[in-house]
Amino acid sequence: MMTEPFLIGDAMTGGYGGADILHDCTIAVEKGQIAVIVGPNGAGKSTAMKAVFGMLKLRKGAVRLNGEDISMLTPQARVSKGMGFVPQTNNIFPSMTVEENLEMGAFIRRDEYRETIEQIYTLFPILRDKRRQAAGELSGGQRQQVAVGRALMTKPSVLMLDEPTAGVSPIVMDELFDRIIEIARTGISILMVEQNARQALEIADKGYVLVQGANRFTDTGQALLADPEVRKSFLGG
Amino acid sequence: MSLTARDLGLFAGMAAVLGMVAMFQSPQLAVTILNMSLISAIMALGVNMQWGYAGLFNVGIMGFTAVGGLAVVLVAQPPVPEAWAAGGLGILLGLMLGVASILAAVIVYKRMQPGKLRGAAIFGVLVLGYFLTSYVFGPAKEAVQAVNPASEGYLGGAGLPVILAWPVGAVFAAGVAWLVGKVSLGLRSDYLAIATLGISEIVIAALKHERWLARGVNNVTGIERPVTRPIDLQPLPWIQSLAETLGWSVSQTATVVSGLGYSALFLTVLAVLIWLAERALNSPWGRMMRAIRDNEVSARAMGKDVTKRHLNIFILGSAVCGLAGAMMVSMDGQLTPGSYEPLRFTFLIWVMVIVGGSGNNWGSVLGAFVIWFLWVQVEPAGRWFMELVTSGMADGSGLKQHLLDSAAYMRLLTMGVALLLMLRFAPKGLIPER
Amino acid sequence: MEPLNALVSLSNFMLIPAFAYGSQLALGALGITLIYSILRFAHFAHGDTMALGTAAVIGGTWFLQARGVGIAPLPTALLALPFGLLVMIAYLLAADRLVYRYYRRVKAKPMIFVMASLGVMFVTNGITRLFMGVGETRFEDGERFIFTVRQFRDVTGLDEGMALRSAQALTITTALIVMVALFWFLNRTRAGKSMRAYSDNEDLALLSGINPERVVVITWVITAILLVLAGTLFGLDKGFRPFNYFQLLLPMFAAAILGGLGSPIGAIVGAYVVAFAEMGITYAWRRVFAYLMPEGMEPDSMMQLLPVDYKFAVTFAILVIVLLFRPTGIFKGKVL
Repeated sequence: MMTEPFLIGDAMTGGYGGADILHDCTIAVEKGQIAVIVGPNGAGKSTAMKAVFGMLKLRKGAVRLNGEDISMLTPQARVSKGMGFVPQTNNIFPSMTVEENLEMGAFIRRDEYRETIEQIYTLFPILRDKRRQAAGELSGGQRQQVAVGRALMTKPSVLMLDEPTAGVSPIVMDELFDRIIEIARTGISILMVEQNARQALEIADKGYVLVQGANRFTDTGQALLADPEVRKSFLGG
Repeated sequence: MSLTARDLGLFAGMAAVLGMVAMFQSPQLAVTILNMSLISAIMALGVNMQWGYAGLFNVGIMGFTAVGGLAVVLVAQPPVPEAWAAGGLGILLGLMLGVASILAAVIVYKRMQPGKLRGAAIFGVLVLGYFLTSYVFGPAKEAVQAVNPASEGYLGGAGLPVILAWPVGAVFAAGVAWLVGKVSLGLRSDYLAIATLGISEIVIAALKHERWLARGVNNVTGIERPVTRPIDLQPLPWIQSLAETLGWSVSQTATVVSGLGYSALFLTVLAVLIWLAERALNSPWGRMMRAIRDNEVSARAMGKDVTKRHLNIFILGSAVCGLAGAMMVSMDGQLTPGSYEPLRFTFLIWVMVIVGGSGNNWGSVLGAFVIWFLWVQVEPAGRWFMELVTSGMADGSGLKQHLLDSAAYMRLLTMGVALLLMLRFAPKGLIPER
Repeated sequence: MEPLNALVSLSNFMLIPAFAYGSQLALGALGITLIYSILRFAHFAHGDTMALGTAAVIGGTWFLQARGVGIAPLPTALLALPFGLLVMIAYLLAADRLVYRYYRRVKAKPMIFVMASLGVMFVTNGITRLFMGVGETRFEDGERFIFTVRQFRDVTGLDEGMALRSAQALTITTALIVMVALFWFLNRTRAGKSMRAYSDNEDLALLSGINPERVVVITWVITAILLVLAGTLFGLDKGFRPFNYFQLLLPMFAAAILGGLGSPIGAIVGAYVVAFAEMGITYAWRRVFAYLMPEGMEPDSMMQLLPVDYKFAVTFAILVIVLLFRPTGIFKGKVL
């Protein structure tokens, strides 16, 4: 018997009040690893992630972080517990400067967070150059960096990203993935939803293929990429 | 016309209350309340079309009613030939020049390429237009206002039967509404509110200031009435015998009969409007309006021209307010621009609509009756309350006098509280939408 | 040609009063824009709450005057400001508790909020009149002038005189101080930044652990400060009459929309544009031109573009132009 993963959404069933969207769906990520959720449109990928973050009521199943059941906590409380979340859209404060965005990310912290800002500038050097600019004036890729940086300000142990590469160019996407790998190397677990399944699975330690709110395939990223059935149905051959 | 037994009960209750006013206070007061309630009901009906059917927030009801009132002067008053001779043509020409310069500016705007040059051209056209207009208009206006200023000093009206002024008032208000709606509909919903607030202040300012039009703050009085005046009724034998039967004085009887004459006219108008409004509400058009109100985004997505539909209903509702405004002035027989107050003519109507039940025509009518009744009765009630509060105080004390003097303002407070309580605890109103 | 006299005359009758009026409008419009960006509705009770706050200050002034307390040459009203502030903060927070909070909780449409603010307007209006009546109350005391027309003439030797009233000087300085303080607060403090964040992106602010109810409370407190100051300065300058405060609603909204709803700097710029336009278009320019034109060519008309009664028309025209050509306002506020 393996020890339980660092963060696990275990056999989650639920939806937004109406019919269930998730059916007995399990998503997990180990410490310092990258887990990727892929699947066709409407498969409930984002919903699964929101369920893990507490933005949706579960009828069955549980979410455990480091062995502790956090199923009843609000998203805000989960942030305090060490979860960071980057929404797909509207994930920055557009009229505020880059640095102010980062400061707002650290709003719940009562200690000195200057050092964290420096770390984020080291990770995303472009943000240092643009720190006095309004975040809304930046390019799409730079905005995503601000969004990720904001979520990192609480020094989370898990970072959850909802389609971080939506709407950015392939070059920017590669760079974002590089950064995400870098973040994972510092010991932060990454859970992300991705449209660009092939590229995402390449960097994934663990991949989840969801179909209609249920787990279809679960394996390491490489194994999924090698699986002919996965390739045929979900990766376009 | 779907009224439940409960709704009928509410109306019957209101009738009973008015009956009690007639019995215990005075029949004249009851008739006065009835007539003003009917007029308010028509205004509320107009506002309900805008808010209840379409979710449009009109804060300029006062302006639309005042424009309607102006129509009464312009239609029913006899013309003043000396004034026309003195400057009538100049005024007409001046007005035309004013309109022409605005049109010219619009044409320049449409024809020229955007840029600094266009801005300068528009500015030039407007400045030139302004000076031309005031060159012609100014002296003509002075001349007209100098004609017998104590009783005339204005151009007068068309000398037509006063009843014609009612539809004309509606048309006037519709025209103003078209202007405001063209500018502010299709933008944020609260922009309409602010724009209507502005236009109503301007209408009142113009009525007060443009003496050549309707004598401004000097008021136009003694306008022809659609119903025989009490003073002319008094000598009639049937009035005198009626007074004897009822045991009232002749003058009281004449006042009541004359008032009831208005009631009959107003009731007819109200009935026709309600019939039309109900038909419209339950027609495909009405269903579409409500669909737009409830989900503008999806209505737009389905290809509905929401802005245009809103403009239609805004004009329609404002026209109804203008009609009511004309009716009111013809009942009073005078136009007094100084008496138009936003709290009374705009916000009170809103309280009526909300309390009555927005989206329901019958609700607006009931709301108008209930709120107008309260508006009239809260003042004496407030005075009584203040007398009770101050009864322990020494006579002649400053505070006592102040509190007694302030009783009149109790009704603003009461109306506000009524509005807030309804909005919070019974947002659907007395007669909810169906 | 006497350009100096022309300038003095213009300053005396137009520039200084317009600058003072613009400062009063700016404080009011800032409140409107703040409420709009945080609570997301058009606050129709703004003018009447301003009147109530001023009434409280006047009450405090009378209390102090009766006890012979004063800070001459400054008006006693300044000493009574803290009292007015306390009353207004309590009043606005109570209104929020009793009225608006419920609609926030049920996520009501903006129009419902506006309607509720109409109810609050009625109530506030009633309370103010209950205390103050509808007539005009003057409560300016202390030194009325910084310098008078006569003093100015004696010192400069010009024909045309200019006076600076204490109320005007006080208005302009206070407004400038308050604006600087407000910008410092919004841009430099944690609470101020959390307000901006909440206005920018409500969901993300929640996610970042910003407590919305706290932001709302701060917003009302700041609004109360702005309202009491704007109202008191307006009252010192022009006398207190409740209806005039209600009528400020239109220019204040016009200023906020012109600048761009939700943009504080826009509200200030918008307020001065509205004030100068209102004054400039309804000002009789004859005297100024008489000094500027060569001898014998003085204008014989008043040279007034519009009568003063139409100052609302000027405001309204500005509003219409903005709505037609740039609905986001000068500084790109929020448009829905």
